[in-house]
Amino acid sequence: MLLLDIYSFSTLTSSIDESLNNVMVPWLATLTEFVLVGIVFLLFYALLGLFLVYLERKVCAVIQNRIGPNRVGKWGMFQTIADLIKLLMKELITIKNADKFLFNLAPFIVIIASFMAIAALPFAKGLQAIDLNIGIFYIIAVSSLGVVGILIAGWSSNSKYSLIGAMRSGAQIISYELSVGLSVLAIVIFSGSMQISTIVESQADGWWIFKGHLPALFAFVLYLITATAEINRGPFDLAEAESELTAGFHTEYSGIKFAFFFLAEYMNMFIVAAIATTLFLGGWMPFHIGGWEGFNQIMDYIPSIIWFFGKTFVVIYIIMWFKWTFPRLRIDQLLNLEWKYLLPLNLINTVIISFVVLLGLYFK
Amino acid sequence: MSEETIKKIILKEDEDYIINMGPQHPSTHGVLRLEVCLNGERVKYMIPHIGYIHRGMEKMAEFNTYKQVIHLTDRMDYLSAHINNEAVCLAVENALEVEVPERVKYIRAILDELSRIASHNLWWSAFGMDLGALTTFFYGMRDREKVLAIFEESFGSRLLHSFNTPGGLMHDVHPNFRKHTMEFVKYFRKKLPDYKNLLTDNVIFHNRTKGIGVMDKETAINYGVTGPSGRGSGFSCDIRKVAPYGIYEKVVFREILYREGDSFARYKVRMDEMEESLNILEQLVSDMPEEGGFTAKMKPVIKLPEGEYFQRVEAARGEFAVFIVSKGEKYPYRIKFRSPNFSNLFVLSKLAVGGIIADLVATCGSLDLVIPDIDR
Repeated sequence: MLLLDIYSFSTLTSSIDESLNNVMVPWLATLTEFVLVGIVFLLFYALLGLFLVYLERKVCAVIQNRIGPNRVGKWGMFQTIADLIKLLMKELITIKNADKFLFNLAPFIVIIASFMAIAALPFAKGLQAIDLNIGIFYIIAVSSLGVVGILIAGWSSNSKYSLIGAMRSGAQIISYELSVGLSVLAIVIFSGSMQISTIVESQADGWWIFKGHLPALFAFVLYLITATAEINRGPFDLAEAESELTAGFHTEYSGIKFAFFFLAEYMNMFIVAAIATTLFLGGWMPFHIGGWEGFNQIMDYIPSIIWFFGKTFVVIYIIMWFKWTFPRLRIDQLLNLEWKYLLPLNLINTVIISFVVLLGLYFK
Repeated sequence: MSEETIKKIILKEDEDYIINMGPQHPSTHGVLRLEVCLNGERVKYMIPHIGYIHRGMEKMAEFNTYKQVIHLTDRMDYLSAHINNEAVCLAVENALEVEVPERVKYIRAILDELSRIASHNLWWSAFGMDLGALTTFFYGMRDREKVLAIFEESFGSRLLHSFNTPGGLMHDVHPNFRKHTMEFVKYFRKKLPDYKNLLTDNVIFHNRTKGIGVMDKETAINYGVTGPSGRGSGFSCDIRKVAPYGIYEKVVFREILYREGDSFARYKVRMDEMEESLNILEQLVSDMPEEGGFTAKMKPVIKLPEGEYFQRVEAARGEFAVFIVSKGEKYPYRIKFRSPNFSNLFVLSKLAVGGIIADLVATCGSLDLVIPDIDR
């Protein structure tokens, strides 16, 4: 674990904090830090969003026997940036008889909800903006705010397709919220804390997906399914079912407002993958096998930020894989799946995990 | 639909929640407009509005010679263009009592089956897209490309080839035609299991199509639903069997019939038909004579003797028929086309009622509509 400290970001952040405090009064230093963190997150958000769109295009191209974007820049790397510029220059069309205030507000609510969630994610050792003592609860709470934006978007667009899409989305997210919460609860029970740093620390000698026996693995699978549904991605993308509702709740949006929905969707995908990583796959902790000292040391040499993003992108790839191979469910089948199968299974699993933890049956 | 419902629809009595699917909508595959009345997400009634791509082909045909009429038929069901051509050619040949060479019959049948495979393939791709499985489109397109390459090699065009002409073919096929067709048969046989793995065996796909849009045999016959859609309901309507034309009498093949009548049955019919077409192709390609010319001797100006002529063929989507009234001139006096999609569309308003929008899309996809064929 000593080697790990070389890569710790806390040395960098504390040195910035010290130098700021040397030249400024404390309140100004704190304010400057807020602004700095905000700018860093804004940049990170935009760049990661663009990268995820590019990644999705490449992944789906591989699945579909295509090459994908390959004209703008090397391997089409700047394709999404070109698209962004195009979207920025597009006219912002406001629909006749639309509720203008709500119509303009909706994309911001959606994007703010996902933006707030990344504040509490642990990207690497010592790289976490706020470490709340109810961190995981906070992430789930703010990320589900997005549905309000989607409902407002559908309602205020003055379009029937949008309204149907928004209603579907509302029904879907509210139902799946329960299962996501319960499968997250599984790890909270295991680690005995809601604080994200504690959850990550508890996986230093093994990830929960391995330590927690079958119930944790089961919770992970349930989490993947329900999280995919929660972020409105295929095969659960009913809110924007292209062949049924043209584009669902964002049918009437154009230009950068549409891009906001689009970006938020991809960032939500990143957030759920990051939560899966943090809870089940050990966060930024390297992969260790008990007793293999040499192997463990080599693993420690890999920086924690690479571990975190590596695991997250594996989960993202799985979520993308779902979308490009499965047909879409029907709305009644979707709700049946949740209320009749996933939720009872989750409840049973939670009870089993409680007993496993009480009796101390997991690897410690 | 009862009389009362129709009255309600026309008078717009109650405040129905009506959405227009189309004329521009991803799932109608063209300029078809479906006026859908919803209760929540459930369809109360559905009225198809057609005519957005009406070109007056039947009237146009009255000012064109028989050879020119063939080019019009291409533009109806553009995915089975070759089969449509053949209907007119056969009608004219029968009227003039011309015997086309045996080789021409073989080539025509091979092209028919290749068109059928290409058409079903495109349908499979689009049907997957309708249900949200976007990858099917690229798999289907990749394999359809091989068929189009064969077409391109022989006729120079890929979609609307107008290769048939009364009396035979425009010109001879490419020397590699037989070889490449055989290669395609082998290639496509290997690819069909992929289709099965990707979509046919998918649980979500089963849930979306089984028991959806159930059409019983009575309905199929009453509405005149033919082709794979009709055969999914157990209506034996394969013209290749019922009234064989060309070389089909000599070919051994099975008429695919399913009795369930739901979207999945229609899906299975098409999937099995692709396989059956491969069997037909194998027989035809191995039996096809090398010598024998590509056309019978025809007069430069074709004038049909006075009378009425009727010919029907099995197009990719059902029974395509042409009815010619001739007054002995070089132009037809009147031509009536019986296009399969027109009948297939109107059964949709019966099947959609009671389902939800997603079912409507699945049913519409499983009927495999080509809009220019409806409007003509």
